Amino acid sequence: MRAETRLGFFLLLTPLLLWLTLLIIIPHIDMFLISIRERVAVRTYETGFANYLTFFTEPLYLVTFMRTALMSVLATVMTLIIAFPVSYYIAKIAKGRLQSALFLLCLVPFWVSELVRTFGWMILLRETGIFSNLLQFIGIVDGPVEMLYNDTAMMVGLIYTSMLFMVVPLVTTLESLDDSVIEAGYDLGGNAITVTREIVIPHATPGIVSGCIVVFMLSLGNYLTPTMLGGKESLWFTELIYSQFIVRFNWELGAAFGFLLLGLSSFIVWIALRLTGQTLEKTMG
Amino acid sequence: MIPTIKQSRFARVTYNAYIALFFVYLALPLVVVSVFAFNDSLFPSLPWEGFTWDWFFGDESPKTGVFNERGIMRSIRTSVFVALCVSVLSVTVGTCNAFLFNRYQFRFSGVLYVLMLLPLVIPGIVLGISILVFSSTVANGVEDSIGWDIEALRPGLLLVILGQFSFITTIVTLVIAARLKRFDTTLEEAALNLGATRLTAIRTITMPYLGPALIGAAVVAFLMSFENFNTTLMLVGSDAPLTIAMFDRLKEGSTPVLNAVSLLLMIGSSLLALVMIAFQKKE
Repeated sequence: MRAETRLGFFLLLTPLLLWLTLLIIIPHIDMFLISIRERVAVRTYETGFANYLTFFTEPLYLVTFMRTALMSVLATVMTLIIAFPVSYYIAKIAKGRLQSALFLLCLVPFWVSELVRTFGWMILLRETGIFSNLLQFIGIVDGPVEMLYNDTAMMVGLIYTSMLFMVVPLVTTLESLDDSVIEAGYDLGGNAITVTREIVIPHATPGIVSGCIVVFMLSLGNYLTPTMLGGKESLWFTELIYSQFIVRFNWELGAAFGFLLLGLSSFIVWIALRLTGQTLEKTMG
Repeated sequence: MIPTIKQSRFARVTYNAYIALFFVYLALPLVVVSVFAFNDSLFPSLPWEGFTWDWFFGDESPKTGVFNERGIMRSIRTSVFVALCVSVLSVTVGTCNAFLFNRYQFRFSGVLYVLMLLPLVIPGIVLGISILVFSSTVANGVEDSIGWDIEALRPGLLLVILGQFSFITTIVTLVIAARLKRFDTTLEEAALNLGATRLTAIRTITMPYLGPALIGAAVVAFLMSFENFNTTLMLVGSDAPLTIAMFDRLKEGSTPVLNAVSLLLMIGSSLLALVMIAFQKKE
C-alpha cells in the first residue's frame, strides 16, 4: 500500500477496533471473569465455577432456562407459520400499489416502541379490557375474564413483537423467486402442496433462516413482554438476570446467567446455520 | 398459488380472509392504545366515558396531560438527547466501517466482518450487563489505584449511549455498506483523473451519492435508540429515558396519559419514517 492509502486504512480501522474491543470483546471477557469469581468474604474472591454449579443445582434456575429456550423456539416456529403465507401474499400475489401498501403496513407497528405494543395487548386482554367486555356483551361469559398474565398472552405478545423480523427477510427472498418457476412446477403436475414443498420453501430457505435467527434471539432476550404479559409461572430467564443484577446485587451469579444465555443463543444460532448450510455473513450481512 | 394459476374459489377466499385477519391482528393493539388516549376516564379501559383532550393538555391532577407532566417531558428530552448522540456516533463509525470493508482487502478482514456482525446475535440484556460490569471494573480499578471516582462510568447516560451505540453501529454499517456496494467506483476514478485529490473526490462524488443512505441510517439509529429497552434497562441511572420512565409508570398501574404519550410516539416515528422514505425516493 502507498503511504497515503496506508494512513487512510489505519484511520478507518481505528474506530472499528476501538468499538469492537472496548464495547464488545473486553466487556464480555470481563463478564466471564466475574462469573468465575466466588465471594468468600467481603471484598475477597476466589476463582471457581461455583456460580455455574449453583445454576445446575438449583431447579428454579435450570427449569427457567429450559423453559425460556423452548418457549422461544415455539414462538419462532409460530411466527414463521403465521408470517409465511402473509409474506408469500405480499411477494407473489399482491401487485403494484397494493404490494407496497401491505408491506408498509407490516412495518408500521415496529416504528413504535415495544412498550407501546405491549401496552396495547394489556388493554385488550386484561380483566376490564376489550376482549373481556366483548365476550360479556355477546353473552358467552357472565363475568369479567382475565386473559392477561399467562403463557398464551405472553406468546401472543412475543409473536406480535417479532413479526416484522420474519416478514421482511421472507418477502425479500420470495420476491426473487421467478413466477415461471412456480408455473413450471404446476405444468409438471405439481399441486399447491408439492410446489410449496419442492420449490417455494427451498428457495426461501435463506430468508427463513435469517428470520428465524433474529426472531429467536429477540424472544430469548426479551424482558418486557414476559414481565408485562406473562404470569407468575411464566418466569423468563432475562428476569432472573435482572433480579440478580439490580435487585439482589449478586453480580457474580448474574454474570454467569448472562454467559449461559449468550452460550445458549450462540449455540442455537450455530445449529440453525449448520443444519441449513448457511453462514452468518450471508444471512445477516 | 400465483395469479396466473387458477385456484378454487374456496382456497382464494380463505387465503384473503387470513391476510385480512393478519392485518387486523397487527393493527388492533395500536388502534386500541390510540383510541383510549381520548377516553374521559382515569383508566385506559372500558366503559367509554366520552371524548376528551385532557390527557394531552389537562393541567390539574388527577388529569394531568402529557404536555404538563414534568416527569414524562423530561424523559422525552433525555431520550432525544441519547438518540441524537447515538445516531451521530453510530453513523460516523458506521461510515468508516463501510469504507473500510468496501475499499480495502486486508488480512483478517473476514474475521473482523464476522466480529462486526456479532452484536446482532448477542441478546440486548447481555450486552447491557457486560458493559455495566466492565465499566464498573474500570471505575473501581481507577478508584482503588489513584482514588478518583469517575461518576461517568457508573450507570447513567454515558453508559446508556455506549450500550445502544454498541449494537446500533452494526445495523448502521450494514445500511451504509449496502449502498456503497452499488457505487460505481469509476466515477471516483474520473474525478482523480481530472486532478482531484482522493479526499476531494470522496467529498464531492462519493458522499453526495451516499447521502440518502446516511440519512436513512441516522433515522434508523435514532428510532432504534429511542425505542430501545433491554440494553438501556441495565445501564440506566437516575435520569431515565422515555421507555424506562413509561415502564415504571406501567408497573404502578396505568392512566390514559400513557396512551397519550404512545400516540405521540406513533405520530413522531411515522413522521420520521415518512421523511426517510421521501429522501430515498428522491434518488
